[in-house]
Amino acid sequence: MSSATRPGDVVGTDDRVAALAQTLRDSPGPLLPRAAGTKDALSTPPAGASPLDVRALNGVIDYDPAELTFTAMAATPVREIVELLAAQRQYLPFDPPWADAGASLGGTVAAGVSGPGSYRHGGVRDFILGVRLLDGSGRLISGGGKVVKNAAGFDLPKLMVGTLGRMGILISMSFKVFPLPEAWTTLRVKTEGLTDSLTIATRLARSSFELETLDLDPPRELWLRLGGRAAVLARRADRLARFVDRPTEQLTGSDDVRRWQEARELTWVGPGSALVRVATTPGKLTALDAALAAAGAQRRYSRGGNAAWLAWPEAHPLTRLDQILKELRLAGTRLRGGDGPPLLGPPQGGAFAARVRAVFDPHDRFVEI
Amino acid sequence: MPVDRLLDQLRRMLPRDRLLIEAAACAAFSCDALTSFQVLPEAVVLADSTEEVVAVVAACHDERVPFVARGSGTSLSGGSLPIEGGIVIAMNRLNRIVHIDPEQRVATVEAGIINSRISEAARPQGLFFAPDPSSESVCSVGGNVAFNSGGAHCLKHGMTSSHVLELKVVLPDGELVTLGGESLEGAGPNWLGLFVGSEGLLGVALEVTVRLLPLPETTHTVLAAYPSLEAAGDAVTQIVGSGLLPVAIEIMDALAIQAAEASVKPGYPDAPALAIVELEGEREVVEADAEALDVVIAASEPLEVRSTTDSAERALIWQGRKSAFSAVGWLAPDYIVQDGVVPRTRLAEALAEVVALSASRGVRVANVFHAGDGNLHPLILFDGAEPGALERAEATAGDILRMCVRLGGSITGEHGIGVEKRDYLEELTATEDLALMRRIRLAVDPHELANRGKMLAPQPAA
Repeated sequence: MSSATRPGDVVGTDDRVAALAQTLRDSPGPLLPRAAGTKDALSTPPAGASPLDVRALNGVIDYDPAELTFTAMAATPVREIVELLAAQRQYLPFDPPWADAGASLGGTVAAGVSGPGSYRHGGVRDFILGVRLLDGSGRLISGGGKVVKNAAGFDLPKLMVGTLGRMGILISMSFKVFPLPEAWTTLRVKTEGLTDSLTIATRLARSSFELETLDLDPPRELWLRLGGRAAVLARRADRLARFVDRPTEQLTGSDDVRRWQEARELTWVGPGSALVRVATTPGKLTALDAALAAAGAQRRYSRGGNAAWLAWPEAHPLTRLDQILKELRLAGTRLRGGDGPPLLGPPQGGAFAARVRAVFDPHDRFVEI
Repeated sequence: MPVDRLLDQLRRMLPRDRLLIEAAACAAFSCDALTSFQVLPEAVVLADSTEEVVAVVAACHDERVPFVARGSGTSLSGGSLPIEGGIVIAMNRLNRIVHIDPEQRVATVEAGIINSRISEAARPQGLFFAPDPSSESVCSVGGNVAFNSGGAHCLKHGMTSSHVLELKVVLPDGELVTLGGESLEGAGPNWLGLFVGSEGLLGVALEVTVRLLPLPETTHTVLAAYPSLEAAGDAVTQIVGSGLLPVAIEIMDALAIQAAEASVKPGYPDAPALAIVELEGEREVVEADAEALDVVIAASEPLEVRSTTDSAERALIWQGRKSAFSAVGWLAPDYIVQDGVVPRTRLAEALAEVVALSASRGVRVANVFHAGDGNLHPLILFDGAEPGALERAEATAGDILRMCVRLGGSITGEHGIGVEKRDYLEELTATEDLALMRRIRLAVDPHELANRGKMLAPQPAA
């Protein structure tokens, strides 16, 4: 196959990759890849396992602004990519969390995390095009490609999203990107409470407004961001304010930027708590919110009520949260703080998951999921 | 014989009118839209419920008889071609909408439902299902899942994979699993992402939960005619790089235009090439973007430009485009639909090469494709009655695929590997990568019963 079709083909002869493959083969126990370590719950090895430093896998391999795609090594900081793209008026619409804290591209894929901006165009799994990885036997595997459409063979890039560093060592990845909106503005909406917020969120989700974000901060705030041509932004914001029909405050310029930077960096999470992201639905938010409030957990709801970010207080065992999630049939991932297994709630994928995972890790070189 | 034992079991399970065994009755299922491949199945089960599909799959597993689940049989790569010595599980009767939840913007449907029926059912709620393959009025959602189908509007909205949230699946040994969930977010590995596009090798999707999108406030469609295919390709590269985010960008060449005019008469400009560009969204945004698009198109020196926001005119434009594959039947007795991808910046170069290949091999090629994605669909025309014509057409198709790979693209954008491109996948994929795919397949289906021989050649022992 021609080199141009293989994401990060350059790494095939890369000493850094060869060294990682050797470490993997020689390791007496399971390894857990770690780049910047911004999601410590996912990069801190459990007893009996060792960390695997992958920070050497750093650098953008290829970026063609006219093509709206790029390929980068897994440990490349997201922030570098965001800056590189912004210089060409492009962006990663899935809005990776902890970019300022130093999060890597590979860590973002492995954790399967997307930021508030994923409301508009989709999450990390909707933008990944290609991947190279070392499987548990130290083989360098590539899947997908660099073009925006590819139906040749199993979709390994999509599978890698959320694998938590437990099905392979991500080496490099290709993504599609979108044109960066020219300007932004945000409406902070005061509602009458969570039920009212949800009613408005549902009306918005079914409307033709193309919102970049739709966040619900309990108990009484909605945050709506619009992006696009500066010339029509004010008119759109007016129309949006009339539609929601609640008291609003409009944020522009640095105020707008700061709000979403804080949301993306999760700066509201207090020390000592465990940060968990729950995959939920607007319909289950009321029940989830009541259970979280009873436990005294801080929480924010993003992506139109599909992502619940919560700070589980140190005083309560995580097993209680696990129980709550099982009862509500919601799955969560612990990203920061706390201890125990990172996945909470009902197990996912059943027999399918067990069989596929065994293919990637036949010799137990990775930490169990 | 295992097949005989299976048929005995099926006779006990199913009423006579839903188990086809006579060759004459099975013949209708012996091929899909890739008609050059035909295999007569041992039997066809017209499944009536998801429970029945599970029972039939389990019975096939017990007797080690291969099976293919078939929706509407519109695969262009032979994805639903029957397997030698195997049975067909026809999914068409599993066509219920289980529920639509407009508040959560999701719909759960049975896998045999026709794609466009979801949007029809969701429209009164102001919602639609985005994946829109040209065959949307006949193809099944289960098939869309198996092949991660695209369509003209996936430029902005993404492929089927971006619109499927949850799947109820029967694994090839009869075990039931649920992959994904109703949330747009996930937790843990994206097992669902692996299943979508796996061409029926990892099991049968029974129920599909899809996300629905709100209908756009307005849509603006532009037709621009060009003096050559290359010029149209260049214009598309300019549009893609302009900072606009059209929902669709399509190109048709003179032969495709001629074919469309001969069938649905969309009234396209008479030109060597035509680009269709569509913007949709909030009114203010679309109006401003349309002005910017006009500037980019004017700079690309078109022969003629027309635009419309009228829904009837727009429907006719798309009817012409979407009928192009079948309309080509007006131009030649036979044709091969090819599907390849090139980087969007190399469209003009790729199109010039297709034109040159067509001339040098003396084969007529009609071009109609999703240009915004770099997804080419050359239609290679021939007359099967003429000696050597099929071989020349196939050789041209192969040349086009190799060109796609050489330019940094892919051998399929949305039609999949099926039986048609299995050899190309082997030729053009690294050994380790192919070996991993095989290991995944064997881990999930050790006896290679589910759609054996598609995408991957079966193991010699199978």
